[in-house]
Amino acid sequence: MEYLIDIVLLGLLMITGFAIVRMRSLLAAAMLTSIYSLLSASLFVVLDAVDVALTEAAIGAGISTILLLAAVALTTDEEKTPRHTPLLPLVVVIATGAALIYGTLDMPHYGDPEAPVHRYVAPTYLHDTPGEIGVPNVVTSVLASYRGYDTLGEVTVIFTAGAGVLALLGYRTRRRNSQGPGNRKLVVLRVIAKLFFPLILLFALYVLLHGDYGPGGGFQAGVIFATGFILYALAFGLGNAQRVIPHQLLRIMMAVGVLIYAAVGIESMLLGGKFLEYRVLADDPVTGQHLGIMLIELGVGITVAAVMLIIYYGFVSRLHSGDM
Amino acid sequence: MGLVLDVLSWVCLLGGAIFLLIGAIGVLRFPDFYTRLHAVSICDTLGAGLVLVGLMMQGGLSLVTVKLLLMFYFMIFTGPTAVHALAEAAMQGKLKPHVDDRES
Repeated sequence: MEYLIDIVLLGLLMITGFAIVRMRSLLAAAMLTSIYSLLSASLFVVLDAVDVALTEAAIGAGISTILLLAAVALTTDEEKTPRHTPLLPLVVVIATGAALIYGTLDMPHYGDPEAPVHRYVAPTYLHDTPGEIGVPNVVTSVLASYRGYDTLGEVTVIFTAGAGVLALLGYRTRRRNSQGPGNRKLVVLRVIAKLFFPLILLFALYVLLHGDYGPGGGFQAGVIFATGFILYALAFGLGNAQRVIPHQLLRIMMAVGVLIYAAVGIESMLLGGKFLEYRVLADDPVTGQHLGIMLIELGVGITVAAVMLIIYYGFVSRLHSGDM
Repeated sequence: MGLVLDVLSWVCLLGGAIFLLIGAIGVLRFPDFYTRLHAVSICDTLGAGLVLVGLMMQGGLSLVTVKLLLMFYFMIFTGPTAVHALAEAAMQGKLKPHVDDRES
């Protein structure tokens, strides 16, 4: 039965991929990438990777679609027809694809317990998590504690990306038209947005704080939080959203998140442990782990939310008034 | 009691599936954007709604039902809003509805 769902989802994924390639309208292609992400998220759910599915649904189908649409609105809707012949790219793509498929022949079968990935460190993590860290969600314990260095690196990458977009796009302050587009025509959208805005923020906090017990964590929470504000900005105009979270504040928060993460590491060094060794943070090692994970997830969430909003602000502040 | 609930939930599930099918056929068969939106809105509200109600009956009084209820709540608000926003955007983009000129 699960095979059937797999086949349907993978088939739809392939059709969507071909449709994206064939589509000349960039607007439609952007919408199709959103569907593509949603399908991949469903596939991740089938594969029991709920944390990844949540991230993919929030980032792939949510935020990145909005950013793509903003980029399309800034440039043009039509894809330019390529001047060169498609022969050479076709050869390159076929060769690369063949090499990749050849590579999969050596891979272990799906779900093979003897696969190298299940024999290296994964058994240790699965075995030690209940005693050492005491959180039910092993993904969180690996991500935030065992692999804390990697996650710090990831957050720094996100911070760098945000700084890069800020340097490239900049930010245009605009005095006029702070009330947003359309006024009367957006009544329904505004009422519903007002209704859902607090619920989305509440859900983001739930995902952040519940990350130890269920799927979720800082990355997902940050994106969901940003989505709430983007919805608000879409319905009420960028000017009103900036009254709630100004651009200046975002620039500070972007750095604050990474700094909180690093500070937790340094704090654990000051208390006599190693960098990011949370168990020294409290008297009881398990409580220390909980505290450390909570703090760094908070840092991740703040940085991710701030970066997403900064990229969105950067795009939208360049649009002509009333476009988005 | 269990049998009645089972039958009712299956009626809801099948009804939802039929509405989803009708909506999908409508999207393919209707002539222009606005009529297609009309078909899509049936998928969102009646189709998905009935499927969720059917699943709630299967779930019984449990946390699953509460989550399904929340999903139902979200669907019932976001679906029509999204369709409304699409129609509004099409109107602002000066998309003319398809009119049969033989009648007029």
